Amino acid sequence: MTKTTPQKRYGMVIDIDRCDGCGACMVACSLENNVSVVPPEAGIHRGLTWIRVYSVTNEKEYPHSDTAYLPVSCQHCGNETPCVGVCPQSAVDVDPKNGIVSQIPERCMGCRYCMVACPYHARYFNWWDPVWPEGTEHLLNPGVTPRMRGVVEKCNFCHGRHHAAQERAASEGRSEIEPNEYQTACAEACPNGAITFGDLADKDSEVAKLAAGPESFQLLKTLGTGPKVYYLTQRGWVRDMAAKTPLPLDGQPDD
Amino acid sequence: MIEPLTNRAPTRVFLTWIGFWIALFAIGGYFGMLCLSQGLHHTNMNNRFGFGIWIFLDLTVIALGAGAFFSAFLLYILKKQALKDVIGSAVVLGFICYSGAVVVLAIDVGQPLRAWFTFWHPNAHSMLAEVTFCLTLYLLVLAIEYVPLILKNPSLSKNVSLLIFEGQLHKVVVVFAGVGAVLSFFHQGSLGGLYGVMNGRPFAFREHFFIWPSTFFLFILSAIAAGPSFLILINKLASKITKKQLVRKEAYDFLGRISGWLLLAYVGLKSADTIVWINHTAPASGYSVSEFFKEASFGTWILFAEIVLFGLLPALVLINSRLRKRPSLMIVAPMLVCIGIAINRYVMTLQSQSLPTLPFEEFVLYTPSLVEIGVFGGMISYGVIVFSLSYRYLPLYPGLRQKAKT
Repeated sequence: MTKTTPQKRYGMVIDIDRCDGCGACMVACSLENNVSVVPPEAGIHRGLTWIRVYSVTNEKEYPHSDTAYLPVSCQHCGNETPCVGVCPQSAVDVDPKNGIVSQIPERCMGCRYCMVACPYHARYFNWWDPVWPEGTEHLLNPGVTPRMRGVVEKCNFCHGRHHAAQERAASEGRSEIEPNEYQTACAEACPNGAITFGDLADKDSEVAKLAAGPESFQLLKTLGTGPKVYYLTQRGWVRDMAAKTPLPLDGQPDD
Repeated sequence: MIEPLTNRAPTRVFLTWIGFWIALFAIGGYFGMLCLSQGLHHTNMNNRFGFGIWIFLDLTVIALGAGAFFSAFLLYILKKQALKDVIGSAVVLGFICYSGAVVVLAIDVGQPLRAWFTFWHPNAHSMLAEVTFCLTLYLLVLAIEYVPLILKNPSLSKNVSLLIFEGQLHKVVVVFAGVGAVLSFFHQGSLGGLYGVMNGRPFAFREHFFIWPSTFFLFILSAIAAGPSFLILINKLASKITKKQLVRKEAYDFLGRISGWLLLAYVGLKSADTIVWINHTAPASGYSVSEFFKEASFGTWILFAEIVLFGLLPALVLINSRLRKRPSLMIVAPMLVCIGIAINRYVMTLQSQSLPTLPFEEFVLYTPSLVEIGVFGGMISYGVIVFSLSYRYLPLYPGLRQKAKT
C-alpha cells in the first residue's frame, strides 16, 4: 500500500487595511534571500526588490483623501503561469507538490522573456554584479545562494526556509512539515500582522479562511492566471482600483 | 590571394568606403564588449523593459532578411527564373541579417555562455526555444548556401577541387532551399508567437488557432511580404552606389508584385485580427483597447500608420502594374513596406511593455542608450562590410558577369 502525500498549495493573504507601508517586509525579504544592493543610479526600475510596496491614493482632496499600501511580490500564479511557458530553457518551474513558482538562476541565461511576460512586474534582473556594502557580507544567509550578474530573480516564498523545514522534518522521521515550521520572512517581519502565509489547500488554515472571505480579491483576476496571493480590504475604492475587474464590483467607491 | 572582379571600384575608393564602416564596426564592437564584460547596466533597459531596441531591431532585420528563404523557395522550388538576378544578393543579405541578429542577441542576454542550455534543457512549450532551434539551423543553411557563392570567386574557382565541390553543392541547393523555407517559416512564426502567447500581457495576447496565436501567422506573412521589398531597396541602393544596373527590371517587377499581393493579404488578416482583438480578446482579459492607446506616444495613430499608411497604401501601389513601372514609386512603396514592418515589430516589442498591466503601475517610456545604438550601428556596418566584400570579390549578380564578358 502506498502512502499518498496530500498536495499543498502555498499562498499568501495581504490585508491592505493593516499595511502602513513601513517597508519592513522588503527589508526582511532582502536579508533573508541575499538580495544584493544595487548602485544609486539604478533607480526604481532597476532595483532588486522581490516584494515592492506600492503607495496608491484615491486622488481626492482632504478630508476625503485616502492612501493604501499594496505589497506586491510574485503572485505564484497557479493557472497557465505566464512566466513558466515562455522560458526557453526550463529555468522557471511550478512545483506540483506545493504550487511554488521557482526560478532556477543557475540555469537562467538572462533573456528576460519571463519579465516581459509577467503581468505583475514582479521579476527582477541583475543588471550589475552583486555587491554588499563592506562589512555586511557576514550578514549573508548561508542557506540561500546569491545570484550572479545577468540572471533573473524573484520571490520564491523563501524557498530556503522551506528546504530547511523539510530537512528538519526528515531528520525527525516526518514526511510532512507542520504549518508553524515554515513561514516567509515578510510575514514574520510585518509589525501589523498584515501578511498571512500558509497552505491554501488546508481549509482549516487561517490563510485559506481569509482567502475565501468576502473581502478578499486577487490582482488582475480576469487574466485567468490564478494568483495564489490574495488581498483584503474593506475600502471599495481600493478594490475597484486594484482588482481591475471589468464587471461591476461588490463594493462601491468610498466618498 | 583573392582577386576582385574586373569591373569593380579602384582599390583606393574601396578602401576609403570600407574604412569608414570598419571604424563604425569597431565602435559597435567596443560597446558590445562593454556589455559582455561589465553587464547590461550600460543599456537603458530595465525591469519593465526587459526587451529593448535590440530585440525590436533584431525582429525587424530578421523579417527583412526573409527575402533570402522566400527567393530561394520561389527560384529553386517553384522555378521562378526571374529571381536568378537577385538570388545571390538575397542569400548574402539573409546571411548578414541572421548572423548579425544572432550576435546582437548574444550581447543582449545576461549570460551568453549559457545559450547552449536551451539545447540541453529545452522547454518544448516556449516559443523562444523554437526560435533558437530554427534560427541556429537556418543560419547554418544560409552559411551552406553562401559557400558556393564564395567558391565562385575567380581566384578560388581556379582550384579544381573547390570547383568540383562548388558543383556538388549546387546540386543539393534545392534541398537546402526546401529545408531553409521550413525552418524560416517556423522561426518567423515563433517570433510572432513570442508575443501572442503572453496571456499576462493583454496588449500582445491574441486568439489561438490550435497551439499557435494569430501573431504566429501574421509574422510569417508580413516577413515574406517585406522580404522582397527589402531586396528591391537594397539592390536599387547597390545599383545607385556602384552606378551599374545590377538587376533586370523584370526581377524588380516580379518582386514588387509578389510583395504587394502578400502585403495586401497581410493587411486584410491583420485588420481582421485587430477587430477580434478589440472586440473580444482584450475585453475578455479585463481591458478595453482604449486603455492601450490613451498615451499620446502610442495613440491610435500608430495603428492607423501600421495598417493603412505603411500597409494598405504600398500594397495598392505594388499590385498595380502601371504604378510599378514608375521608378520613384518602386523605391517609395518598398520603403513604406519595410517601415510598416518595422512599426509592427516596434509596437509588439515596445508598446506592449510600456503599458502597465497593474492598474497602479505607471506608463513607462524607454529611450535606448548610446551603447545600445552603437552596438546596433556596429551590426549595420558589419552588414555593409560583408555585402561590399561579397560584391567586390564574388559574382553576386549574374547579369553583371555576362555584361562584363561581352
